[in-house]
Amino acid sequence: MAKYLLLKHYRGAPAPVNDVPMDQWTPDEISAHVRYMEDFAERLRETGEYVESQALAAEGTFVRYDGEGRPPVTDGPFAETKDLIAGWMVIDVDTYERALELAGELSAAPGAGGEPIHEWLELRPFMGAPPTIPE
Amino acid sequence: MDEVLIRTLTPTVIGVLIRRGAGFAAAEDAVQDALVEAVRTWPDGPPRDPKGWLVSVAWRRFLDATRADTARRRRDQRADEEPAPGPVTNVDDTLWLYFLCAHPSLTSSSAVALTLRAVGGLTTRQIARAYLVPEATMAQRISRAKRTVAGVRFDRPGDVATVLRVLYLVFNEGYSGDVDLEAEAIRLTRQLATVVDHEEVMGLLALMLLHHARRPARTTADGALVPLAEQDRGLWDTRLIAEGIGILRAALARDRLGEYQAQAAITALHADAETTAETDWPQIVEWYDELARITGSAVVRLNRAVAVGEADGARAGLVALAELDPSLPRYSAVAAYLHERDGDPATAARLYAEAARQAPNLAERDHLMRQAARLNS
Repeated sequence: MAKYLLLKHYRGAPAPVNDVPMDQWTPDEISAHVRYMEDFAERLRETGEYVESQALAAEGTFVRYDGEGRPPVTDGPFAETKDLIAGWMVIDVDTYERALELAGELSAAPGAGGEPIHEWLELRPFMGAPPTIPE
Repeated sequence: MDEVLIRTLTPTVIGVLIRRGAGFAAAEDAVQDALVEAVRTWPDGPPRDPKGWLVSVAWRRFLDATRADTARRRRDQRADEEPAPGPVTNVDDTLWLYFLCAHPSLTSSSAVALTLRAVGGLTTRQIARAYLVPEATMAQRISRAKRTVAGVRFDRPGDVATVLRVLYLVFNEGYSGDVDLEAEAIRLTRQLATVVDHEEVMGLLALMLLHHARRPARTTADGALVPLAEQDRGLWDTRLIAEGIGILRAALARDRLGEYQAQAAITALHADAETTAETDWPQIVEWYDELARITGSAVVRLNRAVAVGEADGARAGLVALAELDPSLPRYSAVAAYLHERDGDPATAARLYAEAARQAPNLAERDHLMRQAARLNS
């Protein structure tokens, strides 16, 4: 029983195999993609493995403290080189292998031509509570 | 009102309903309804016979639910024809329920959730909060688990080891939400020990009690880990330690050693010492040898290397460590500790920092990073 974060990137991840920008898909292809993501989340709810998912806006700003009495420094929107997170899903599964399986399934969401986009997702474990009995 | 008493009666009442012809899922739902009703009404007028009260209310709920479902009319009639409630024995039913909830066809997380709900009598909300998942997720996990075991019939007792594994998982989850899972695991294991006479049940119960006894000393007020050597032993609960050691002795006397008894023996030797220095490390090494023999676990051999380091010196500990795979979890932390004891603070600091980066939880990461910082500053 461990929680994992599935991170979807706008930028910063390696290019997907079926690399056609979404604005060049047909409306039906976009609908199919969205439906796939919703069905995926719904299946995880039924298996009791769903925790949450959120999408993020494409625009963000870096902010930094700039000293007593000064307004914070901002930098952004993100420059081209910076990583950009599109959204996340949190799952709670029994094994790492199951987390890999689900990430693979999510990466197979259909894109242009109805073919899987094979996009790269980042899979990261949550830190847990310390066990009562150290194993 | 004694909520724990109510929960203690849960598996018995579910067992009674099942024996009268209710399916597992329907019985479990009906008993949950009755528990909610009890929590609501008992403060105003507690019943003289709590178990009888719960059986009556749960049975009525079951009949109501069954009647409401016209497709199940035939079963409804059969249920109505059942004999009136009478005195019941509960021992076998309770044990049967433990086996059912830990059935090998369930995943670990499903078995844990079902055990806490059906045997422990916790609400879905309480379980969801303890495991930090949405209530709807936990509800699905539990109903899937119920469907999975719906057709299971036991013609002979199940494997106690599967039940113990589930209780051990609950215990190790510790504390989050409004339910103390450590205390809950102890309660369920105590209850199990009253219905099954098995040395490993006693071993696990002893292990839990001995660890629970040290809880007040395990963390600082702000949640930082306190390693065993630095714990204020005055905070240990001596009553629980005495009880744990008594149960362990009785188990060991049967001469059928298992992994929980061996773990409890190691914990008992720690609990028995006034200070780290007075700990009987040679005997702890021997118990780790037993435990490694039983489990074949590399993690056990890693812990053994620490004990060897205490019993025979850091150099001997490093020799024991050299035989193990460096990719084992917590290998770097053990290596760091032994190198520091061996008088090599620079290597120790580097290894502590490496261990911190690999730590599986925040409390351990912070502790290891502090160790690295202590040696570097």
